[in-house]
Amino acid sequence: MDFFLSRYRNLTVLLIVIVAQLLLIAYQVKTNNNVPLMRVWAVTAVTPVETALELVRRYTWGFVVDYFVLLNVRGENEKLRQDNGQLKMENHYLKAELGTADRARALSVFQTQSPSKTVAARVIGNGTGSNSKVVFIDRGSTSGVESGMAVVTPDGIVGKVVDAYPTASLVMLITDPTFAAGVISQKNRVRGTLKGQGHSDTLVDYVQNEEKVDGGEWFYTSGDDRIFPKGFPVGQVSAARNGKNFKEIYLNPSGLQSGSVEEVLVLLQGVHQQIPDGEIASPGYKILQPPADNVAGTPQPTGQPTALATDADRLRQQYKQIGTEQKHVFGEGIPGSKPPDFTKMQGIRGASPLPNLTPAAPPKPATPAGGNAGATAQKSSGSQPADANGGRAGESAATAAKPKPRPAAPILVTDPTDADPGSDVVPAPAPKTEKPAGSGKPATGPATAAPPPITPAPAAPKPPVVPNP
Amino acid sequence: MTEYTEHLLTEPRKDTERFRFIWLVTVPLVAILFQVYVPRFVSFLSYLELPLLITVHFALSSRAPIASVFYGMSIGLVQDSLSHQPIGMFGIVKTLVGYFAASVSMRFDVDNPFVTFILSFFFYFFHQFFYWVLDRALLGEALSFDVQQTLIFGLLNAAVALPLFRILDKLKVTG
Repeated sequence: MDFFLSRYRNLTVLLIVIVAQLLLIAYQVKTNNNVPLMRVWAVTAVTPVETALELVRRYTWGFVVDYFVLLNVRGENEKLRQDNGQLKMENHYLKAELGTADRARALSVFQTQSPSKTVAARVIGNGTGSNSKVVFIDRGSTSGVESGMAVVTPDGIVGKVVDAYPTASLVMLITDPTFAAGVISQKNRVRGTLKGQGHSDTLVDYVQNEEKVDGGEWFYTSGDDRIFPKGFPVGQVSAARNGKNFKEIYLNPSGLQSGSVEEVLVLLQGVHQQIPDGEIASPGYKILQPPADNVAGTPQPTGQPTALATDADRLRQQYKQIGTEQKHVFGEGIPGSKPPDFTKMQGIRGASPLPNLTPAAPPKPATPAGGNAGATAQKSSGSQPADANGGRAGESAATAAKPKPRPAAPILVTDPTDADPGSDVVPAPAPKTEKPAGSGKPATGPATAAPPPITPAPAAPKPPVVPNP
Repeated sequence: MTEYTEHLLTEPRKDTERFRFIWLVTVPLVAILFQVYVPRFVSFLSYLELPLLITVHFALSSRAPIASVFYGMSIGLVQDSLSHQPIGMFGIVKTLVGYFAASVSMRFDVDNPFVTFILSFFFYFFHQFFYWVLDRALLGEALSFDVQQTLIFGLLNAAVALPLFRILDKLKVTG
């Protein structure tokens, strides 16, 4: 045995080791148990090293990886910064384009709705001279532009063409010191001559000190100069005071309010328009919209009082009621005929509430002479701008209530001074009538050189035509 | 028998080389750590059986079958402890590898790279095959044995063994 072990010692040890491990496996398999102590040792010996390796890896290899990632981030940041700058520039460009598009659209709308024949032009440069206010536009004689033509924007007049070249034209702005044009105030119908001052404000000259001009009042072209058709807005009175000989009236030109004009319209064939009725002067403050019942678009029957009727309305209603009871029609009957008997009136205070104060009992239709209360209210309210020119026919009441009037106005000839300067007929003074809703465009006429006569809108009550002396 | 083959077979090394104890412990531990840690990040390195190569190298270097038996057994048991298999599977296999490698080293010139390559390839295949046999025989698990893949991996391990053995040789002290 000793010989065997000494001769085959290696093999013996091998067998012992193998058998021992086989027994170990057999034990684990049979009992379905591990050898936890051995595993604990192994795991305890290995896992701390693994943890250390993981930490080393995280703070070495991870750092290297993060470094390369940060390198990429740096490049990416650079690229994003460049993209951001490019997008900013693109944004600015698009905003400018959008503004240009808005102006062009407004110009196009105005061009479409204006009765005058126009051609759109773009300002391409300024003239020389520090005090001269002239600009070049990109439309010339090949586009039909001629010297003396008016240049306007939807906001107001801009200037006039002083020289027309084949591909461009030189436009004198209304702020040029040598510029002059005939203007008329909206409210008081004060005529004057617009003069440039070389700066942003313009002066209305040759207005007597006795004339009444309110602050904030609008001036329109009068057509007297034979360049600008009548009815185009010029500007708003910024200051008005009595001068040595004439009144000093300074206007803030509405056509140049944006500072520098970029797109304009050249009036190839100007058509005179009506000056909008005098709105409430000094609209420099915000005013509320008119009540809904007045802007609803349906004119109230004359004489129909509302819930907010005044004593005068009640009194008038009593007169009408008595007249109706006595079968008297107001506005008829020859002078000297027997009037209704009003002796049985109860008076305003003593009268009981009228049965027809409610809208449910409509009285008879309005007569031309009577009951202008509703019409007047409507005229001074938002329904006023509904536009005869057709230019702003769809504007809301809120828009119409804006203080800034539009050049297009309802055809309502109530003032002899509104007659065209060159026309041979002027509308006679006529009682104010209700403005026809949605009245058509003003009369069209020949070129600006000879301002055509104004024809009242077909829907409007036709005033008697009196030859111009 | 050619002169070269006679040289391979008849000129075993006469001197004895041994490792420092620290390396005897550290190198297998590093090999096991490599096996359990590196494939997490470099999956294709999982084919490397570094503990086996360490066992083979120790056995070939030490020429001591009994020491190699215990060395192989220890490494195998540590591997088993970190596996889900019953403890002893890798232990038996590496015990046999250590024994046979130490036995072979007394008859071959294990410093020859070709011999090292062949032995590494052979012991890898033997290791894998015997483990498969034990797995089927002792545990009854019907694992498949992909001979082709095992041969390829054996070649790769043998290729890795050549430089690895050179590095491990630097850790030995001649005595």
